[in-house]
Amino acid sequence: MPEKKSDIMDKIADANKSVVTGIDEKDIEHWITISILGRKYQVPAGLTIMQAMEFAGYRFIRSCGCRAGFCGACATVYRLEGDYRLRTAMACQTRVEDGMYLTQIPFTPAEKAKYDITKLTPGIEALLHNYPEILRCLGCNACTKACPQDIDVMEYIAAGKRGDVEKMAEISFDCIQCGLCAIRCPAELAQYNYAQLARRLYGRYGTPKPEHLKNRVKEIGQDKFKDDFDKLLSGNEDELRKMYTSRDIEKA
Amino acid sequence: MAELKFIGGYPEYMRKLIDVVNKTRQQRKDYTPKAMTMQERDEVLKVHPDYAPGGKRVISIGPNKGDTAPNEVADLLEAYPLIEGNEVDVTKPDYSVDLLIIGGGLAGTTAAVWAVDKGVAKDTILLVNKLRHGDANSIMAEGGTQAADRENDSPARHFLDALGGGHFTNKPDVLRALVEDAPLIMDWLCDLGAMIDREDDGGFVEKAGGGTSRRRMHACKDYTGLEELRVIKDEFRNLEIPYLEYYPVIEFLTDGNRVTGAVLYNLETGDYKIVQAEATILATGGFGRLHVRGFPTTNHYGATCDGVVLAYRVGAKLRDTDTVQYHPTGAAYPQQIIGLLLTEKLRSMGAQPVNKNGEAFVFPLEPRDVEAASFIRECYVNEKGVITPTGMRGIWLDTPMIELKNGEGTIEKSFPGMFRMFNRFDLDIRKDPVLVFPTLHYQNGGVETDPWGKTNIDGLWVAGEVSGGVHGKNRLMGNSTLDCLVFGRRSGISVAEYLKSNPKHGKLTLDHLKSYTQMLKDAGVNTTRKAPILLPDYRGKAILARMIDVF
Repeated sequence: MPEKKSDIMDKIADANKSVVTGIDEKDIEHWITISILGRKYQVPAGLTIMQAMEFAGYRFIRSCGCRAGFCGACATVYRLEGDYRLRTAMACQTRVEDGMYLTQIPFTPAEKAKYDITKLTPGIEALLHNYPEILRCLGCNACTKACPQDIDVMEYIAAGKRGDVEKMAEISFDCIQCGLCAIRCPAELAQYNYAQLARRLYGRYGTPKPEHLKNRVKEIGQDKFKDDFDKLLSGNEDELRKMYTSRDIEKA
Repeated sequence: MAELKFIGGYPEYMRKLIDVVNKTRQQRKDYTPKAMTMQERDEVLKVHPDYAPGGKRVISIGPNKGDTAPNEVADLLEAYPLIEGNEVDVTKPDYSVDLLIIGGGLAGTTAAVWAVDKGVAKDTILLVNKLRHGDANSIMAEGGTQAADRENDSPARHFLDALGGGHFTNKPDVLRALVEDAPLIMDWLCDLGAMIDREDDGGFVEKAGGGTSRRRMHACKDYTGLEELRVIKDEFRNLEIPYLEYYPVIEFLTDGNRVTGAVLYNLETGDYKIVQAEATILATGGFGRLHVRGFPTTNHYGATCDGVVLAYRVGAKLRDTDTVQYHPTGAAYPQQIIGLLLTEKLRSMGAQPVNKNGEAFVFPLEPRDVEAASFIRECYVNEKGVITPTGMRGIWLDTPMIELKNGEGTIEKSFPGMFRMFNRFDLDIRKDPVLVFPTLHYQNGGVETDPWGKTNIDGLWVAGEVSGGVHGKNRLMGNSTLDCLVFGRRSGISVAEYLKSNPKHGKLTLDHLKSYTQMLKDAGVNTTRKAPILLPDYRGKAILARMIDVF
């Protein structure tokens, strides 16, 4: 006998409770100690840094965006007690560890050049004209070590210094522009802004528009689909349903 | 609970269940369950959260009085304003602009760029953001953007696919605009220099999505929204269009009929600012953070339904408020990422939904509501789901099948974001399936518009997820980024046209709050609830219990 459907919804809500309304302390088995801005807190093991900070009572305004690793708002730097290394992380994508002491970087001051992409040519001139400081790179690799996306930042800066826009674009593609590379750079670069320029140059000039797109744009300009739409917009629901269920489906 | 032994990121008992999936992979390789008939779809939808009993109520006031909405949404419509009106001086604007854009995701940012393109002076525009410019659901869009630009496809076919997916409830003229503009949008993205995935011959890589009859999904690896938004935002910055961050709108201003401005609230310092505007484009996104029916969500931190609440107070008409989109494949394990999105593109590329016995039980690319309902049925009716250590149930999404079908290395190349996310939690999606369960993903309905984003309220346009109609009662994959781009562009163009008639600044008042509050009282809405809520609150309960307000 299947359960009543509303029971199903109740069960689902119950299973999701800790995610939706916060964790109940009585359900916690393992506690660890972390330090937020120099103050120690006991938090449940297994949370992300972001969840742990909320558990400790912080309500985010800054340093919290998509909560899924795409927006770069929650850049965090931390050390582990007894370890000299300075580590970086996205707070929403990193588990807390016992002895972690951390702060967040809610904003990165970084110069962004203003340009008209239609007036540039892809290559060294465009990069050097907009960001001459790119040549200051010391090759220290601090940027690459800081990148929470595991991008070889130093490698794309090196490509940029050679004017290799394509390589710069491809290596940097997964960049979420969190700014941690720029914060760590001893040569004071804002790498992620240079990469943005490189990707737009490559996207616009390195990959020409496909013919099939150009043709379709032309057809739309000629109102080629007017008759089809007239038919669709005047059809009654039964006819539309029939058309829908009888349409052929291309193999995925 | 005893200490669990973990093997490759999974507790031992789950590892054994993964072995079952591994065993059946080869025999599933050339087998796909049949797509459901319309009758079968109707049957399975009975366990979808939209159709299962409870969870909704009738809206008691306003233009949509009598319509139904999720309780969480009705709660916000039936709530009192954050300000009464007399504590703010609305008569002295801090900003006087031609165009106010609220929300800097794909829709709002696109609107600004197109308004400038059509002649609106940049200094007469102001884009305001609740969080940072670009912190939006758009940036998390993974799978793609639909555009019918291949020879065997057409915008009319795209229309029919979206209409069927939306259960024939989409607003037809608005849907036509969406599909017919789609190739133009791809053309624009190419001009801006977006890196859209290409085949060796230079054509776009195009994949199928749930409910599409042609391959027309354009992607930028699994960072589609990120790439589209960062490129358009870069263009916005190059154009030097003014913007503010951490300044949510907490109320519109009107002259009695027309929207004439807005009250902004500085989230950090607590003071307000008044904006006077001749035209306003509302692009505030959706409501995932309301956790409708207790579901986790894929949505960003600020997705709290603000735009719908504000527009409703000035009399904007809503539609399709009764449905919510649950994405079939939210992460169900590990605990740290529950609810986060696993793109539909995984299924487009061959990942199969599989139950705990290692059986493929559903066609992988049904429209989202049907697919999601079939997962719920498999877990809670057929009892063939996998139960996690925290009590969640889920079904396997067999990602290693992607490598088996498309060759080794495909996952790292096509899904770097997914691969990385799971890797951070010691899981390898190339070798092991991932556990998934439906997650709250999208606000299907919203403020009704015409094909140019215009609402029934003068001076107010909407674009993106806050709008309703284009997707009807269920949206297809790849139509949300498209929605933002098409109606961002259209609203920007439409406002530029409107501004040519030199409209005069209207009076700035909060009079509509009085009548709204009166309506609430007349309807017997007896509550201390206030809206918009601006941000969710996930603070620990023990801390909240001890909070005192002394400073």
